[in-house]
Amino acid sequence: MLYFSKIRVISICIFTLIFVYFASSNFFKVDDNFFNKQINLGLDLQGGSYLLLEIDNKPVITQKLQNTVSILRKYFKNENIKYKNLLLKDNDTILFVIDKNQLQIVKEKFENKDSNINPYFPKYKSHEFNLEIIDNQFILKLSKYGLIEIKNSSLDQALEIVRRRIDEVGTNEPNILKRGNDRILVELPGLDDPMRIKNLLGKTANLTFRFITQNTEETFGSEKILFEDNSEEAMVSKRIILSGDNILDAKPRMDNQNNETVVSFSLDRVGSKRFAKATTSGIGKRLAIILDGKIVSAPVIRSAIVGGSGQISGDFTFQSATDLALLLRSGALPAPLKIIEERTVGPDLGQDSINAGIIALLIGFLLVIIFMFFKYKIFGLIANITLLINLFLLVGILTLFEATLTLPGIAGIILTVGMAVDANVLIFERIKEESINEKNKIIAFDAGYVKSKTAILDANITTLIAAIILFLMGSGPVKGFSLTLCVGIFTTLFSVYFIARLLTSLYVTKNRDKENLI
Amino acid sequence: MNKKNISFNKFYKLFNILSLILIIISLFLLLVKGLNYGVDFKGGTLIELRTTDNQITISKLRKSLLGMNLGDVNVKKFGNENDFLIKFEKKNNTKNDFIGKIKNDLSKSIGNGFNFRRVENVGPKVSSELLKSGIIAIALSLAAMLLYIWIRFEWQFSLGAIIALFHDIIITLGAFSLFNLEINLSIVAAVLTIVGYSMNDSVVIFDRVRENLLKFADIKIFELTNISINETLSRTIITSITTLLALLSIYFFGGENLKGFSLAMILGVIFGTYSSIYIANPILVYLRVSQKTILKEDNN
Repeated sequence: MLYFSKIRVISICIFTLIFVYFASSNFFKVDDNFFNKQINLGLDLQGGSYLLLEIDNKPVITQKLQNTVSILRKYFKNENIKYKNLLLKDNDTILFVIDKNQLQIVKEKFENKDSNINPYFPKYKSHEFNLEIIDNQFILKLSKYGLIEIKNSSLDQALEIVRRRIDEVGTNEPNILKRGNDRILVELPGLDDPMRIKNLLGKTANLTFRFITQNTEETFGSEKILFEDNSEEAMVSKRIILSGDNILDAKPRMDNQNNETVVSFSLDRVGSKRFAKATTSGIGKRLAIILDGKIVSAPVIRSAIVGGSGQISGDFTFQSATDLALLLRSGALPAPLKIIEERTVGPDLGQDSINAGIIALLIGFLLVIIFMFFKYKIFGLIANITLLINLFLLVGILTLFEATLTLPGIAGIILTVGMAVDANVLIFERIKEESINEKNKIIAFDAGYVKSKTAILDANITTLIAAIILFLMGSGPVKGFSLTLCVGIFTTLFSVYFIARLLTSLYVTKNRDKENLI
Repeated sequence: MNKKNISFNKFYKLFNILSLILIIISLFLLLVKGLNYGVDFKGGTLIELRTTDNQITISKLRKSLLGMNLGDVNVKKFGNENDFLIKFEKKNNTKNDFIGKIKNDLSKSIGNGFNFRRVENVGPKVSSELLKSGIIAIALSLAAMLLYIWIRFEWQFSLGAIIALFHDIIITLGAFSLFNLEINLSIVAAVLTIVGYSMNDSVVIFDRVRENLLKFADIKIFELTNISINETLSRTIITSITTLLALLSIYFFGGENLKGFSLAMILGVIFGTYSSIYIANPILVYLRVSQKTILKEDNN
């Protein structure tokens, strides 16, 4: 049907104008509250850093199992249960042997849904540990869901710490997201040198204060730890006086006495008490300050420190002291993070890409409309007007959804320009064929539209399928490409079946008596 | 109007043999020479570097990078005189700040007249995941196409279109292997777009074949495919031209980073247009598609 009712014409015009308005808000700063959305630029266009971090959960799991072993030891002791050979094997299995007559009690303890040793997760319908009993031997392994629960909670903690550290550095609008159950994605727009953030995220910042001891037979045990400059080792007690958790605030400071940079810190209530007690009884001893498994410094305690504050000296520059203070304020990561993927684009390259993309778009668009005009004359003009409106619709929709435009996304727009004329070409060619046998132009045009419909739909749906799969499977920039391709298909169909058809019908009804109309 | 009548069908056999040879060569290249995977799929580090100092040459860069014990370092010009692309595949980059260290070491040996415009560093785990998801994406889209054409047409058409698709993908990848062009994430996107485009082309001709099958009961499929190809020929050519115009514009003006991506699509569009005429249609002939093929389906 070539006929368009007045209402339809008006609604098509209004619809088109709305999206042209949406699209234009990207180019002119319109100061109104009605519509102030813009297309986001991807990191490859505005410059910035993309980091994918992975948590190494091994230490968390080991810690969890070690805790369970000590909980078990306490439980057996309290309940007077005779046990043998309680040990942690291969860092993933807890083994112990229970006397035959007490076996049932322990078994029930593990299978009870209110068990505090083997918690039950109703949402997974599973306990934290899987229990296997062979003879008197208990074999305890983390269940699938127990493992997921541990990973999730360590990911949540890590996410929080990563967020705090990045916020402290103060970059603009960082994007920090969970990926799977052991990864964190960090997007830092506008940051062209992520070195400092990478350094900050690479540190666990596990801080402990422990005494250096001489005798190896202390009740808590002791271990050898290297100094940070790898120069010497010291024997350090395993008893933790203070940890990073007790620190409320930390700042870099110039120490006026010996003109060096230090990090001063203040402690919470519990920390202050413990620090006061330890320093009172330990005058003359050396207190090692250990960060991520290395001794930063080990000053001799000269007097009791009761004020709940202190300072860490070491071989700091002002920058490294600032960073350590930042790490102490934001807290320790539950486990080390590793950067497994990094993509950084400098802002000048991003701008170059935008410029090149716009030039390619303009030239591509120009070539296509010149070609179409020479090929189809007045109908070429119709196809070209349609194409221009199609572009506005495409940009308008991307703006409405505040979509992210990437470099391949711009390529997707240019490709849409090339492929969008296809539908009009299919229709025009069909009309030409129909005109050979049908002298009534209006009927010939009608037939052209009707008969080309299945081919156009099939052809566009196949492209759409490819684009949707690309959107679901692709990552980052490639997703941007498939998005523009998808949206481009819909705007093409709309512009061809409403706008081009409207223009065609206006022209044909006025010039129905002309020979060789197309 | 001039009614075109080119006897495409006379050359079905000839071009099928040619395609077969090209496919065999491509498969041989893919198996023996393999593909030049970029950091996305192989893992490693890529640095795009721009110099502001004319004294910095490619050999100077290479020399100072080789001194850093990074393994096999590849340095090449990128677009113009001042841009370079550095690639290396150092295993065990466990240190988070090793890129900063490279920057420091470089400025010690060649001065400060350069900056890093782009850094990509992909770990082995991520790269193998990206490769896997790329392959899954291509396989999935092929399967989805197969299914769609099967639903819309008959299985003979579906088979024809899919074989044409495989033809296009294999030969495009073969060309990438032959010219040692890099395969990265955007090439996967290009391949998927080729899949869509090639399908698009085959579908338009098939649609006409189906229409003609219903119209002319007495014309053999050999002749009928030729009629259909001719009837849709001007559309096929015009659409290929406009798409190629757009792609050539990306290739020449869209910047260095879109070159491989647009080249893959240019090759794909050329092969896709060719294959929808010379692969998809002969298969209908070989499978002896006739009016009955469609009518049988309709009676069910």
